[in-house]
Amino acid sequence: MTAASPSISTLTSLPAPQKHYISGRAGYARRKFTNSFMLGLTGAMTLLALVPLFWIIGYVMYKGGQYINLDLLTQLPKPVGMVGGGVLHAIEGTLLLTVLAAIIAIPPGLLAAFYAAYHPNTPLGVALRFGTDVLSGVPSIVIGIFGYALVVKTQGHYSALAGGVAMAIIMLPTIVRTTEEMLKLVPHTLREGSLALGSPEWRTSLKVTFPAAMSGIVTGFMLALARASGETAPLLFTALGNDRFEMGKMIQNGLHAGQSLPAIFLNMLQQPVDSLPLTLYKYTQQPDVSRINQSWAVAFVLMVLVLTINIIARVIVERRMAKSRGK
Amino acid sequence: MQKLSTQKSNQSSVFALISRITEHGDIPWRMLIMAMALLVIVLMLAIGALLFRDSAIARAQFGWAFISPFGESSWDPVGDHFRAWPFIFGTIITSLIAIVIAIPFSVGIAIFLAELCPPWLRSPLSLMVELLAAIPSVVYGLWGIFVFLPLVVAPSGTFLADTLGVIPGLDLIFAGPISPSGASRLAAGMILAIMIIPTIAAVSRDVFMAIPPSQREASLAMGATRWETIWKVLIPYGLSGILGAIILGLGRALGETMAVTMVIGNSIEGSTSLLRPGYTMSSVIANEFAEAVSALHSQALVEIALVLFFMTLILNMIARLLVWRVARRNAQEARA
Repeated sequence: MTAASPSISTLTSLPAPQKHYISGRAGYARRKFTNSFMLGLTGAMTLLALVPLFWIIGYVMYKGGQYINLDLLTQLPKPVGMVGGGVLHAIEGTLLLTVLAAIIAIPPGLLAAFYAAYHPNTPLGVALRFGTDVLSGVPSIVIGIFGYALVVKTQGHYSALAGGVAMAIIMLPTIVRTTEEMLKLVPHTLREGSLALGSPEWRTSLKVTFPAAMSGIVTGFMLALARASGETAPLLFTALGNDRFEMGKMIQNGLHAGQSLPAIFLNMLQQPVDSLPLTLYKYTQQPDVSRINQSWAVAFVLMVLVLTINIIARVIVERRMAKSRGK
Repeated sequence: MQKLSTQKSNQSSVFALISRITEHGDIPWRMLIMAMALLVIVLMLAIGALLFRDSAIARAQFGWAFISPFGESSWDPVGDHFRAWPFIFGTIITSLIAIVIAIPFSVGIAIFLAELCPPWLRSPLSLMVELLAAIPSVVYGLWGIFVFLPLVVAPSGTFLADTLGVIPGLDLIFAGPISPSGASRLAAGMILAIMIIPTIAAVSRDVFMAIPPSQREASLAMGATRWETIWKVLIPYGLSGILGAIILGLGRALGETMAVTMVIGNSIEGSTSLLRPGYTMSSVIANEFAEAVSALHSQALVEIALVLFFMTLILNMIARLLVWRVARRNAQEARA
């Protein structure tokens, strides 16, 4: 009864069969016109909404393409006012921060997703899904402040570590959600078969369902990485920025001083670092024209990075969904 | 030889014991995944708790007057006197502009993708709409400053100021002149609209696609046109889900930082006009937190973050409940 009530109530809200409205020739023509006009309008709106996409991509490619060169990718910045130099520090910083964030976020995200996928109706499962949904809506600037309070304040200085933690929190909800979705796409029979053969739950999860969902889960990671690597706000007061950051030189100096590689990397995490979006933001705030030009080139690199990952990942996910629907 | 095999059997009996006690490793596994699930929830709470702790002095000093729309609004880092209302006002006004522009577009896109679009076109179009959401915020800002503001916002702002801005009453909202660079609340709202369209469109599309086909068929069989079916049957049916999508978009607009900071002009002035520069909660944090003058200054900024956190928290909860309700109702209907 309850199931049928909405359809009845919506049907009663249909136009009452008034003469002028439904059977008159003019009324019929008007309804037909309204129909095609409004349907056409939705199509036009879709096209219009895509204008900014192509405008942005096109303009960044055109403008950034003029200023991109090998120096930009391999050199450190020159002092303000001088032409030339590059953003190697930001490329290395983005790399360091993204890898660090992935290392922090992936293990807990993955394990929490196993819980969400296989215990969805327990109180903790409901709370977890609600928590991830809400966490994904927390503004990135608020997460930046949280990273500052959690890491920078306790350590007493800005660092790559703080930036990595903030970026990891941004990635976490995406990782949990996509992994959960992908685990749910694995046919139940596979999991049940393994459990019926006497394999414990952890072995079933890690050796049967996880490999079966692997490609989808990895694309989920890539989407999360792409999203996080384009973020600026969480890094403003955590990684701060550092235009003298030079990974190669730090490794070289460390090796000279007889440090082991892990120790050098741990040292590196204690330094402030820059990232591509952070550099882009800072460059747009400067009156120097060559910096503005470079910021277009940085936008170019950033867009290529983010869009490539997104397109590849989404096409893979789409294929997977289609395959599992087809079964 | 003898010794080795007893050692081996001893070892295996120890393993057997461990295995029995832990249910073949399942108990530690379950505890591990439960702990990680808890971690996500604890993280949510920790964000709120830490912001609450770090704004203690500011909260004690200013009380509720900090976020009150009444009374003098001042933001004076030198005199250590802080009222957050101008920023809250800026955030609300830019988000409202964004929502008003974004609603017709996103619902139109959702209808087109779910109801009208030929299947072969659906996934490339969905992909493109979602790519809009993937473009980093700073790139929107950069494009906004150098392309969108001078070419679109400044001319349309001048037009609005010349037409609506001279009408008494409406001049509160549309009083010009807009600055030549175009930096204004309107600019921030328009860029925000572009940024939240993908969110609202994607969620509403899913809402439309979850509506049972029987609803459409019944309406079409009664002789309604496709548009009448959409407008009078499908939209009312999915209304709470669409509302959820809109609130979700509003939540994104409230918290968006970089693009807004780059185009809004960052100034507190008395004017309420959309064509004048403004300031938002997220942009004041972005601009001032790293260089906060005094302890009270940084605490006041943390308190703004706390307010922002609660605003988005509440909006997200409402939105999720609305969207979940539609999903649950559809599941029930499918079972019945």
